[in-house]
Amino acid sequence: MTEERAPRLHVPEPAIRPGDQPDFSHVRVPRAGEVRRPEPDESPEELRDLAFTIIRVLNRDGEAVGPWAGSLDDDAIRDGLRHMMMLRAYDARMLKAQRQGKSSFYMQHLGEEAISCAFQKALRPGDMNFPTYRQAGLLIAAGYPLTKMMCQVYSNDGDPVRGRQLPVFYSSREHGFFSISGNLATQYVQAVGWAMAAAIKGENSLAAGWIGDGSTAESDFHGALVFASTYKPPVILNIVNNQWAISTFQGIARGGAGTFAARGHGFGIPALRVDGNDYLAVHAAAAWAAERARRDLGPTMIEYVTYRAGGHSTSDDPAAYRPKEEGSAWPLGDPILRLKAHLIQKGLWSEERHAQAEAEIMDEVVAAQKEAEAIGTLHSGRRPSPRDMFEDVFAEMPPHLVRQRHEVGY
Amino acid sequence: MARMSMIEAIRNAHEVAMEADENVVVMGEDVGYFGGVFRCTAGLQKRFGVERCFDTPISELGIVGTAIGMAAYGLKPVVEIQFADYMYPAYDQLVSEAARLRYRSAGEFTCPMVVRMPTGGGIFGAQTHSQSPEALFTHVAGLKTVVPSTPADAKGLLLAAINDPDPVIVLEPKRLYNGPFDGHFDRPSRSWSKDEKGEVEPGHYEIPLGKASTVRDGSAATLVTYGTMVHVALAAVEESGADIEVIDLRTLLPLDLDAVAASVNRTGRCIVLHEATLTSGYGAELAALIQSECFYALEAPILRVAGWDTPYPHAQEWDYFPGPERVKRAIATVLEG
Repeated sequence: MTEERAPRLHVPEPAIRPGDQPDFSHVRVPRAGEVRRPEPDESPEELRDLAFTIIRVLNRDGEAVGPWAGSLDDDAIRDGLRHMMMLRAYDARMLKAQRQGKSSFYMQHLGEEAISCAFQKALRPGDMNFPTYRQAGLLIAAGYPLTKMMCQVYSNDGDPVRGRQLPVFYSSREHGFFSISGNLATQYVQAVGWAMAAAIKGENSLAAGWIGDGSTAESDFHGALVFASTYKPPVILNIVNNQWAISTFQGIARGGAGTFAARGHGFGIPALRVDGNDYLAVHAAAAWAAERARRDLGPTMIEYVTYRAGGHSTSDDPAAYRPKEEGSAWPLGDPILRLKAHLIQKGLWSEERHAQAEAEIMDEVVAAQKEAEAIGTLHSGRRPSPRDMFEDVFAEMPPHLVRQRHEVGY
Repeated sequence: MARMSMIEAIRNAHEVAMEADENVVVMGEDVGYFGGVFRCTAGLQKRFGVERCFDTPISELGIVGTAIGMAAYGLKPVVEIQFADYMYPAYDQLVSEAARLRYRSAGEFTCPMVVRMPTGGGIFGAQTHSQSPEALFTHVAGLKTVVPSTPADAKGLLLAAINDPDPVIVLEPKRLYNGPFDGHFDRPSRSWSKDEKGEVEPGHYEIPLGKASTVRDGSAATLVTYGTMVHVALAAVEESGADIEVIDLRTLLPLDLDAVAASVNRTGRCIVLHEATLTSGYGAELAALIQSECFYALEAPILRVAGWDTPYPHAQEWDYFPGPERVKRAIATVLEG
């Protein structure tokens, strides 16, 4: 007879904490080009290995190798580098602006630029992202004006959402960017609904849901997977695994599961696990999933393995919960440096051109910032009217809101 | 005109709306092939196809969450939550998402969606099939809340809700589905087919949201209520012999405050009646509004008659339910005051 014992609560802990030596030896990183690329219509049952590996295209020498390489031409790759550099420069300026008191809050993308910038290039007009707060690259890669983004961050009179939302909660239907809620995971299931509507109407629009590793624990995530599994609409279910949910390491949400991508398997949803710091791999995976959607092959789950190199937001100090050196030990490198090395290796780029591009991009960002600040910042200049506070609660303002607006003096 | 039960009237409203607009899509638990546990969607799948009326997994957050995405896309989802008591898993989607989408996107994305749910007690459903959660919706900026009391109103309000550009919660008093109910539980149940209030016009018509109906004129006091309690109120008033005006709000938000205030300013006395629990109930809001609008006309304190502040019990259903005897006592008190 086996011996019984009282249960003990298992609380997963990260391998390292501040003061420890960073160690990512547990992240098994396959060689670039090593992972097979199945046909998009292959049965989900045959694709299970792809949720337990990491699809990579760029190798250490900057070469694009293997079956997932070749989804973009040279011009598109140069554009991709530029978008990532733009996002990083934008983040740097907005982070500083927050420190200067020009906005209440900011969330940067440091280290995660490839994911949103590359994903957008697999989409078409009419497709819709349901983003979280760390996918502004979707807007930048879609050509959304930087000044408008900044006006949103400043909640000034140029803010398209009239000062109603926290900074970085952008919205642009035209650019395929659904209004960000700020409540985690709630929009994952809405993306499935959008795709269901496209399927009901027989229209070629795909939806992309976005979620972080931590928020996969929400029941909305599971609800989304059930509905996606049942109705098989054209939806891409993205999971950005940046290792950290504020101070909580990904093991708390992942629990005993092998990977986040493998969550899709219980629902019969094909799942890829991708190097999120490899612009070309992200694009290739997104294009594969988009092809599935456009061929009515149903939903696809993609986990992007990346590392949140900065804080969660301007409200936390990561040094309190992880070693400062952890970011530099991250085995998948920096997405901008990796794509830059690729372009240089191909003879399409150089250190000089890179430095020049950096300067040009910063000029562009600073000019946009001047334009936005000429309108106003959170505490100065032209701000949305208190009258705006009462608009858009309903299409038509009901009597009780009219009375309340009058009470405020508008 | 034809006599219909409230179920038939609701089904007919679906048919009219789905016929008129191919963007109207119906979904929920058991609503498809079977036609809903209360039969409100019977025949819709057969008539309009599975893509326009379909069964969903048992996930209220999934039903409402996907409906929000569908509504933002351009469809008009009309979803059924099997019982209002099952709504709570979807509450975050309603409060944080549906209600705020227009606001937070400055009108770029909207949520023209209807969420229907059977509400209230009187059917021996105990705590999980009897709740009246209307105050949880009226407290949320961005939601409209509707409670019909007759088949004709159920159809007209539902059609207005479907054609409304914003999310509307339709709470259907399940005790009224098959016939009127005045709270006399010990008398034989009645059918809408034998009641003139079961008359329903064919085709499309709307009862505008935000318009109350004075269902009985009177001058001694005003009784403000909605849903099943409209019938309880009318019975109690008849039995008391008092000259009391009864207002059926029909829509709780937006509220027809003008109609209520005009009546109370005339009568000087007021009772607020609902089935939901008393504390922080919708009656508290009504009482506060009425006292501020009608303070100088009031000759007695505003009385509230409501469900007790307990979970909805099973064996003690008729001790809990605010029936005609309690309403008659309140009438006597308010007329004395």
